[in-house]
Parts: sequence; structure tokens; C-alpha cells
Amino acid sequence: MGMVIILIQYTLLFAAVLSLVALGGCFSEHSGVINLGLEGIMVMGALGGALTFKFLGGDASPFVTILAVLFVAIAVGVAYSTLLGIAAIKLKADQTLIGTAMNMLGTAAATVIAKSINLAEDSTKPSSEIAYPGRKSFLFVDGYEFNWFMIVAVVALVAAYIVLYKTRFGLRLMACGEHPQAADSVGINVYKMRWAGVLISGGLGGIGGICYITAGVSSWKFEVGVAGFGFLALAVMIFGQWKPTRIALAALLFGFFRALSNVNSGFEFLKNLNIPGGIYNMLPYVISLIVLAFTSRQSRAPKAEGIPYDKGMR
Amino acid sequence: MESSENYAIEMLNITKKFPGIIANDNITLQLRKGEIHALLGENGAGKSTLMSVLFGLYQPEEGVIKKDGKIVEIRDPNDANALGIGMVHQHFKLVECFTVLDNIILGVEPVKAGILQKAEARQKVLALSEKYGLNIDPDALIEDITVGMQQRTEILKMLYRDNEILIFDEPTAVLTPQEIKELMQIMRNLSAEGKSILFISHKLQEIMDVADRCTVLRKGKYIGTVNTADTTMQELSAMMVGRNVNFHVEKKEAHPGDVILNVENMTVASKMHKKNAVNNVSLKVRAGEIVCIAGIDGNGQTEFVYGITGLEPLVSGKIEMCGQDITNMSIRKRSVSGMSHIPEDRHKHGLVLDYSLEDNLVLQRYFEPEFTNPAGFLRRANIRSYADRLIEQYDVRSGQGAETIARSMSGGNQQKAIIAREIDKNPELLVAVQPTRGLDVGAIEYIHKQLVAQRDAGKAVLLVSLELDEVMDVPDRILVMYEGEIVGEFDPKDTTEEELGLYMAGARRKEVKA
Repeated sequence: MGMVIILIQYTLLFAAVLSLVALGGCFSEHSGVINLGLEGIMVMGALGGALTFKFLGGDASPFVTILAVLFVAIAVGVAYSTLLGIAAIKLKADQTLIGTAMNMLGTAAATVIAKSINLAEDSTKPSSEIAYPGRKSFLFVDGYEFNWFMIVAVVALVAAYIVLYKTRFGLRLMACGEHPQAADSVGINVYKMRWAGVLISGGLGGIGGICYITAGVSSWKFEVGVAGFGFLALAVMIFGQWKPTRIALAALLFGFFRALSNVNSGFEFLKNLNIPGGIYNMLPYVISLIVLAFTSRQSRAPKAEGIPYDKGMR
Repeated sequence: MESSENYAIEMLNITKKFPGIIANDNITLQLRKGEIHALLGENGAGKSTLMSVLFGLYQPEEGVIKKDGKIVEIRDPNDANALGIGMVHQHFKLVECFTVLDNIILGVEPVKAGILQKAEARQKVLALSEKYGLNIDPDALIEDITVGMQQRTEILKMLYRDNEILIFDEPTAVLTPQEIKELMQIMRNLSAEGKSILFISHKLQEIMDVADRCTVLRKGKYIGTVNTADTTMQELSAMMVGRNVNFHVEKKEAHPGDVILNVENMTVASKMHKKNAVNNVSLKVRAGEIVCIAGIDGNGQTEFVYGITGLEPLVSGKIEMCGQDITNMSIRKRSVSGMSHIPEDRHKHGLVLDYSLEDNLVLQRYFEPEFTNPAGFLRRANIRSYADRLIEQYDVRSGQGAETIARSMSGGNQQKAIIAREIDKNPELLVAVQPTRGLDVGAIEYIHKQLVAQRDAGKAVLLVSLELDEVMDVPDRILVMYEGEIVGEFDPKDTTEEELGLYMAGARRKEVKA
């Protein structure tokens, strides 16, 4: 019984991370900008959050800790995503390349920053590991990994649904991702909407990052980045067909397989199957490959995504 | 002298220059309140530039724009919109996965605290659609509705914004004859309700039918404005082209000979959807006749041609040319065996745009001994003299003759180059797909003459066309294609555009034997 609860809590935790980041990708792509840099954004957001934990220490009130960490993670994520905005929207560069560059830079920069902070404190310890003593304040059920981020993810899902389908902003944002010339012809500033989409994805990616590294551990080595979770979130977004409701379901599915890799040894019948742990670790990625191979043919991405908008081209 | 207040919009003495070209040279266009005013001109006459000036996309070097007699400044499309100027673009500006209603309100959404108030918008849209007879379903997705309904959505977009000046840019190009009639009625309703309409077109019949006045541009210059009641199509076309144009294709009686192309039960898969694009089509084309496949765009004509020319494999069926089975033959072999192809998309399949004109002209023959020596090197001198001969004979005009890069040539001359290449091969079968698309009246006349000359020389010509004028005028036999099937065969002398339209829209069909 205990294992089932642990499986559920990890499933929910990873699903929360995946849906936050996938929603980030969803906003960016609905505006017309492919955000492959989510991985890098997550790492930077995670670093910002972790450092906030570190400097607040373990004694600050849980409420203050949560707000401060969230705020910094969002701010760093947004700041980092401006790289994508400048290159993709202003300079009209290739969005795939920018995203890839952001991922490489993200992990590398986070490692350098973490190491230099650690070295400044203790010159004999060149480690990229940052500990966050205040992590416990994120748990709202004592003794379990039920994390406040799950609530944040649910709020984000509901908010994303309302924003995309019920507001003027959402209608205009999606128009820019589908047919920017049409949006422009009715007086919508395509560049502004794309900036909005990119910055929102930066904020959500940042929260996703800090959420991911605080799931079950109280320190993080930044040279491992976020282990492909940003890409998994992109798979969730595609499987979720760029729709918040379906993204939530897709996130639960992928979150379940990811959780399984954490807790499979706790189940008798799984242990008896004698499958190496590595297989479980691979599962979410293998599943994402299979799922995308079968579903991406029918998937309906925003039509104009990836194409820089140029007012002069008509 | 009419007082200025009678005009909804006036563009006075507009001059707009681009490097090396004067796109608009002292052009004046005055749109009266409540009239339907046609703007007529060939491609490159400056119609688009003039409209871009009106929408603030370009700033003119000289001239002023007046609204209700007062000078206004239009710096961007939002300014134009604020002045009540709206436009139905030739290529609709609609978001395909949005509903009709969402597209109409986009940009002017009614909101309370940022939340869309769609019920309110829907009422206004339904009221407008009733008032002007614009039948639409507000909840349908754009991708699911007909082109005609998409166009009505565009019109409602303008009406929803309370635009007073409505511009229609080549609105009939994509419509069936029935839909064109409906549109004409809609335009009359709109003008009866006091809207001022500017109707951009190069179709003279439509202008005569619906417009009150017509302004003609030619090569960037203002030629004149006439009342359509006081003029004729001949006069308008002479104003547009600068000389008298023969609309009717002159041709003698056809004398069909042997079967050159024999298609039996051809089926071709579609890349767009699961259904077959071409379904069990059989037809014959004989020597000395022009057979035209008519139909609305997207009914399988493209795939049918791909099947015949070898660009797509067949799912089933058989193709014979001059008695020889060519079903599985490569494109090169088909070409060498006597098939010429003037492709639908001249940029994609007709030319290598970054090659020179001479290399494009020799593209299907470079491997012949005349152009390649036994060691495999090109005989450049022979290629040059061959190209020069074609350029001369087919009057292909370009900046640097044979060395001109194809991309830099005008559309009409690119098309002439393709026609020169394909016809000079002396084919048995000429497949011409929308050979006059996007060309002006003079070039169209030339191309039609070439097709008829091929027919008279005893060749088989298979023409695929979306233009009804061309369908009625050029061929000896018309086959209508609807949803991948041949639904009717007609003699152009015994049919009318209206009758063809019913078949093209799928409202009627009859058995056709190949």
C-alpha cells in the first residue's frame, strides 16, 4: 500500500513538472515560436530557485520561501528566454538552432556558476552541487512528497485553458502562431504577441526546473542538467496536441513511467520480473519515442510555428 | 465639376517609385459613395502598389489621399481600418483552425475584463449576415467550409468593423460560376446599403456586369476612368493592354486522328487525405485535338497530371502513349518518347530558378550528343546557339539573354521559356497545366495561339485549366473533373459556363465513356 502512495506521489510530481514545462512550450508555439530551449530554461530556473533556497537557509518561513523561490525561478526563466526572443523574433534566426544553443549554454553556465559559488565558499571543493535546506517547506503533507508545485501546476493548467480559449489575449496569441499575416492584417502586433508567448514559456519553464530538482532530493549537481526533461515535456506537448487538457493527461502518462523508474524496486511483482533498473530509467524516453512515432503524423502543430515573421513578406 | 464631398475616398496624383521602376506614376482614383468601382489592369500595372498605398503599407512620394474631402494620412493598416477601409484579400487572411466567428472578431474582440464576450459578437454577426444575405455558419471551422463561405467570412469581417469602403482584390478567381453570381448580388446589396466598393479585377465580363465605373491602369500609368454603361469590353481591353486584343481564340475545325494518349482506370493516391485524389479515370486524347480538363482547384487535376507525367506513381490503372505502355516508365523516358509537360507550378517543376536561361532551355535535352560530347562534357557553344534560337523564335525577353538567371525573369517570360523548351522538343503529346496562370492578356493570347498551332500540327494537347474563359475558348472537347472523377464531357460549342459550373460544383454528373 505504501508503495502505491509513493508511486502516486511521484507520478503527480513528475506530471506537475511535465505539464508546467509543456504548457510553457505550448504558449511559445501557439505564438509561433518553437521553443527547443526549454531544457536550458529549466536548468537556469532551477539554479535560480536553488540559490534562493541556499541563501534563505532552512529557517525562513515556508510561505516566504515558497514565494521567493517561485519568484526567482520565474524571473530567471523569463530572463533566459529573452535570448530566444531576441534571436528568433528580432533577429529572425533559425529557432531550432537557438533552442539547441540555449540547452548547451544552460547546463554549462549553471555548472560554472554553481562551481564558482562553491569554490568561493571553500576553495578545496570544486563541486557543482547546491543543497537546499528549505526544501521541506515545499511539502504540504508531512512525511510524503506532496509538493506545493502540484497545486501550482493545476492552477497553471486551469489558467492556461482560460487564457488560451476564453480571452482576447489567447485568441490573438493563437492567431499569430497559425497565420501571422492574418493577425497583422487586423491590427495585431505579431512581434509583441510572440514576445509574450516566449516570455510566458520562460516563466513556466523556470518553475518546472526548480520543481524537477526538488522532487525527492535536497541537493542537485548541476552538471547533469535536467536529464532531458525539457525534451520529454516537448513530447508531452506534442502528444497533448498543444491543448492544456490533453497536456495534463499526457503529463500523467509520462509522469507515471518516470515515477516507475524511481520506485520500481519497491514492488514485489516488478522485482520478480528481474528487469534491470536501467530499463525503467529508459521507459519514459522510449515511450515518448513510440508514442510520437505513432501520433505525430496526425498531430496538428500551429501552422506558422518556426517561421520568423517578417512584416515585409506578404 | 463634382464636389469633393461626393467621394468616399480619393487618391490624387499618387506616385510611388521603387528602385529602377515607377510602380505608380501620377495615378488618380476617385471612389464615389455607394458605387461599385472597378480597378482594371494587367499584372504589373500597379494595382497592388496602389492598394498598398491606400492601406499604408507604402508611403507615396507624391500625391494625397482624401476621405470625405479631407486630406488624411495613412501610415499603417490600422490607420486605414480606423478610416473605415476594409479589404478582402485575394488570398484570404483567415485562421484555418478557428471558427468563422473567431475569425470575424479577431482584432476587435468584445471583452469584459479580458474575457471574450462571444454571445454578443455572435448576435451582431448573425444580424449582419441576415441584413446582407451572407449565409454563414458562425461555429464552423474555416478549414471545413467552402471557399465561397470563407469569402463571405472575409466580407463579414469588414462589415463587423463597420467599414464603409470595401475593397475586393480579384475576388472571383477562386469561385465557381454560381458563387460568382452570388458574390455579384452581395456586392450589389452592399452598395445599395451605401457601402462604397472598389473591385480589383482583370475579368472584363464581371466588371461590365457589376461595376458602375472603371478606372484603368497600364504599366503604372493612369489611363482613364469610364462609366461601364458607356463602354464595351473591347474598349476596356484596349485601354488595359494598349492595343486591340483578340479575345476569341481563332481556330479552324479540329480533325482528330489516332489516339495518342489512352488512360484506363487511373487511380492516384492523395497526399492530403486518405481518399484517392484521382479515382478510376479513363480518357483518350487524339492527335489534332485539344482536350481540356476543367474543374475547381483541388479536385484531383494536379494528381491526375502527376500520374500521367510520372511525378506520382499510380495506385492502379494503365497509361498508353502512341500505343506504348508508359505506366511504369521513368520521367526521362516519357519525355524522350514524346511527352511534353508545361507544369502547373513553373517555379517548382518548370525551371531551376537559379540556373541560367540557356541551361533551363536545354534541361530536357542536355544529354543528347548535340549538347554533350562522348567524354561527358557539355558542348557549351551548341547550347548557347540552341538557346539563342529559342529565345529569338519564341520571343523570350530577359535582361542578359541566354545568361539571364531564370529567377530574375518576369512570370510571363519564364512561362514562354518553358513553352519554348517543351514545344521545340516536337512532342506527340503536350500536357499543359494552367499554362496562362498569373499572366496578362497579351501573354495569354500568345500561349493560346501556340496551343492551337500544336493541335493544327497534328499533336495531341491535354490542357488543364481553372479559368472558364480558357475552358470555353481553347479546347475541342471539355471533360469536367469533380472529386477525382470525370463527371461530364462537353463540346464547347454546345455548352455554357453555367452548365459547366453545375458539373464543376458537383451538382450534376453524367456517365462518360472514354
